[in-house]
Amino acid sequence: MTAAATPEFEVANERNKRRRGLFMALPAYLYLILFFALPLIIVVVYSFATRNRFGGTDLSGWNLEAYAKLGEPIVRDILFRSLWLAILTTIICLLFAYPFAYFLATRSQIVRNLMLVFVMIPFWSNFLVRNYAWRVLLGNDGPVSRLTENIGLGETTILFTPTAVVLGLVYGFLPFMILPLYASIERMDWSLIEASRDLGATGIQTFRNVTFPLSLPGVIAGSILVFIPSLGAYVTPEILGGAKTTLLGSYIVTQFLTARNWPVGASVSTVLMVVMLAATLVYFRKGGRTL
Amino acid sequence: MTAAVEITGVTKRFDDVVAVDDIDLTIADGEFFAMLGPSGCGKTTTLRMIAGLEFPTEGSLQIFGEEVGTLPPNKRPVNTVFQNYALFPHMNLLENVGFGLKMKGVAKPETTQRALAAIELVQLGGMEKRRPNQLSGGQQQRVALARALVNEPKVLLLDEPLGALDLKLRQEMQGELKSLQRDLGVSFVFVTHDQEEALTMSDRIAVMDQGKLLQVGTPEEIYERPANRFVADFIGQTNLLEGTVADATTVVLENGTRVAAASDHAAGTKVALSLRPERANLATRDAAPSDGAGIDGTVAGITYLGNALVYRVALDWMEVEVRDENRPNADRLNAGDPVRVIWEPGAVAVVAE
Ligand SMILES: Nc1ncnc2c1ncn2[C@@H]1O[C@H](COP(=O)(O)OP(=O)(O)O)[C@@H](O)[C@H]1O
Ligand SMILES: [Mg+2]
Repeated sequence: MTAAATPEFEVANERNKRRRGLFMALPAYLYLILFFALPLIIVVVYSFATRNRFGGTDLSGWNLEAYAKLGEPIVRDILFRSLWLAILTTIICLLFAYPFAYFLATRSQIVRNLMLVFVMIPFWSNFLVRNYAWRVLLGNDGPVSRLTENIGLGETTILFTPTAVVLGLVYGFLPFMILPLYASIERMDWSLIEASRDLGATGIQTFRNVTFPLSLPGVIAGSILVFIPSLGAYVTPEILGGAKTTLLGSYIVTQFLTARNWPVGASVSTVLMVVMLAATLVYFRKGGRTL
Repeated sequence: MTAAVEITGVTKRFDDVVAVDDIDLTIADGEFFAMLGPSGCGKTTTLRMIAGLEFPTEGSLQIFGEEVGTLPPNKRPVNTVFQNYALFPHMNLLENVGFGLKMKGVAKPETTQRALAAIELVQLGGMEKRRPNQLSGGQQQRVALARALVNEPKVLLLDEPLGALDLKLRQEMQGELKSLQRDLGVSFVFVTHDQEEALTMSDRIAVMDQGKLLQVGTPEEIYERPANRFVADFIGQTNLLEGTVADATTVVLENGTRVAAASDHAAGTKVALSLRPERANLATRDAAPSDGAGIDGTVAGITYLGNALVYRVALDWMEVEVRDENRPNADRLNAGDPVRVIWEPGAVAVVAE
C-alpha cells in the first residue's frame, strides 16, 4: 500500500487533470506574456541600446554605457537616497505596525474585523488624492503648521523635504505592513506563549524568544511589501518631496520623457527590478507562507 | 508536612460561565494526583490556575505554603505538560528542552548538559537536533515531559498528556509516567477524562463535574464507596437501582424488594443502589439470597467479551448487566432463561443525587 507504484489509471488521471488546468490558465498566461513579460524584455533590451542625437534610440551597437551612467555621482546619490528612504520607511512602518497588529490579533473577533476595516478605509479613496491631502495638511498655512504654531513649537516646514516623503510613504504603505503581520501573529499558537511563561520566561523574554521569531514570516513579508513600492515610488515623492529630493521614480520618468534618454531610463529600471526580484525571492523563501 | 498544593474555596468565572465552583483540594508532596471528570468540567481550568495561566476569581491557592493567587507563571515552582504539547516549532529538541534553563540564566554548558540528561531520561537520546515536526506524537509527548522536568519543578502539571496517543502507546506511557513519578518523588497533577487511566495510575483521584469537586479519594475509595450517583456512574460500569431508604440498614427498591444496604441517609430519601456488573451473580430462581437480596428476571441478551460474558437481565422494571468470568466448564445461560440476580452482602453502595 505504501511504497507500491501508483496505479496506471491514477497516473493517467493526474496527467489529464494537469492538461485541463493548463488549458484553463491559457488566457491568463497570454495576458501576462503580452502585457507583462514582453514590455519587461523591451525595457531590458533598451537598457543596452544607444541614444542617438535626435533623442531616439538606436537598436544597434549594443553597449553598457547606460549602466556606466549609474556610477556617476548624481545618479548614485539618487540611488542611495531612494534606498535609504525606502529602508527608513520600512523600519518606521514596522515599528508602528507591529504593536498595532499584535493588539489587533488579541482582540475579539468583532473588534478585529472592525479595526481591519479601518485599516483598509484609506484604500477607498484615490492614492493621488490622499497625497494631495497631505500637501494641504503640511502646507505653510496648513492645519499641522497652525497647530504647532499655536502650541508654541513654531511653524512646521517639512513639506518638500525627505521627511514629508517618508511621512507620505509610511502613511501610504502602512496597511501593507499591518496585514501580513496581523496574519502571522493571529495564526500563532498562543499556547506557545503560555508554555514559555510556564517555563520561566518573563514577558520580554517570551517576546524575544518566542513571539517575535514566530512572527518573522509576517515581518519579512510586510517589510518587502513596503520596501518594494517605496523604492520605486513616484507619486508621493513628486507631490510631497521637493526638487532637491529627486528619487528613482522621478529620475526614471525624467529620463524617458524629458531627457529622452531611454537607455538610461531603462537601465535604472532594470537595476530596480533586479533589486525587487531579489527581495521577492527572499519573501517567497522566508515569508511567502503568511499571505 | 506542607501540602504541595492547597486550594481553598477557589472559584473561577469566565464572564457568566462558572468553570470552577468553590473547590477545596489538598495535594500532598510526592503524590500522583489525578483530576478526573467529563469534558468541560473544569479540570484544565483548575490546572491552569495552579500553573498561573489563569487567576482565581475567588479563593486562595497555595503552593508549598506560599500564596500564589496572582503570581505570574514564571515565578511559580511548577511546570506544565500541555495538552497539545506546545513545543516551540522554531527550535530543535535540545533548544526546546533547554529553554527553561536558558530563561533562568543558567550557563550554556550546564544548560546543554542538563537538557541532554533530560532527553536521555525520556529515551530520545540522539534526536536532539530534530525539530518538533520531525517527531511522532509519542516522541513529542516525551519532549514536552523532558522540557518540563529539566526545570526540576516541585509540582508537575499534566493536562491529558496521553489523550492523543493510540491505545498501545498510551498504556506504555502510563507505566513510564508512573515509574518516573515514583523515581523523582515529585507531585504529579494529572488531568484526564479517562477513568481507567486515573484508576490505574493515581495515588488519589479528584472527581469533578460541572465545576464542582464531587469526591477525593484513593482509587479504591472512589470505586467502592462513590460519594454520589454521578461518581458511581462515571467510574467503571454500574447498575443503578432506584429505591428509597427505609432505615439505616435497608433500602426498598421500586418494586418493593427490601435490600440490606447500610447508609446514613434519612429514611425516605430517594437513593440508588450501585451494583457493579462483576459483583452481581446469576442463580436459579430457587436460590436463597445470602442476606443481600435476590431479584428475579429473565436473560435478555449475552455479550461475549472473550475474557468475560455480560448478561443483560430484564427485571420487571428495568434492565441490569451482570458480568461473569468466562470459565471453561460453566453452564452458559441462554436468552429467555429465568434467573435470579444475587450478590454478596456489602457488594452494593447506596448513592444519592
Ligand atoms: N478562556 C475561557 N473563556 C470562557 N470560558 C472558558 C474558558 N476556559 C474554559 N472555559 C469554560 O469553562 C468550562 C471548563 O473548561 P475546562 O476547564 O477547559 O474543562 P475540562 O478541561 O474539564 O474539559 C467549560 O465550560 C469551558 O467552556
Ligand atoms: Mg481540558
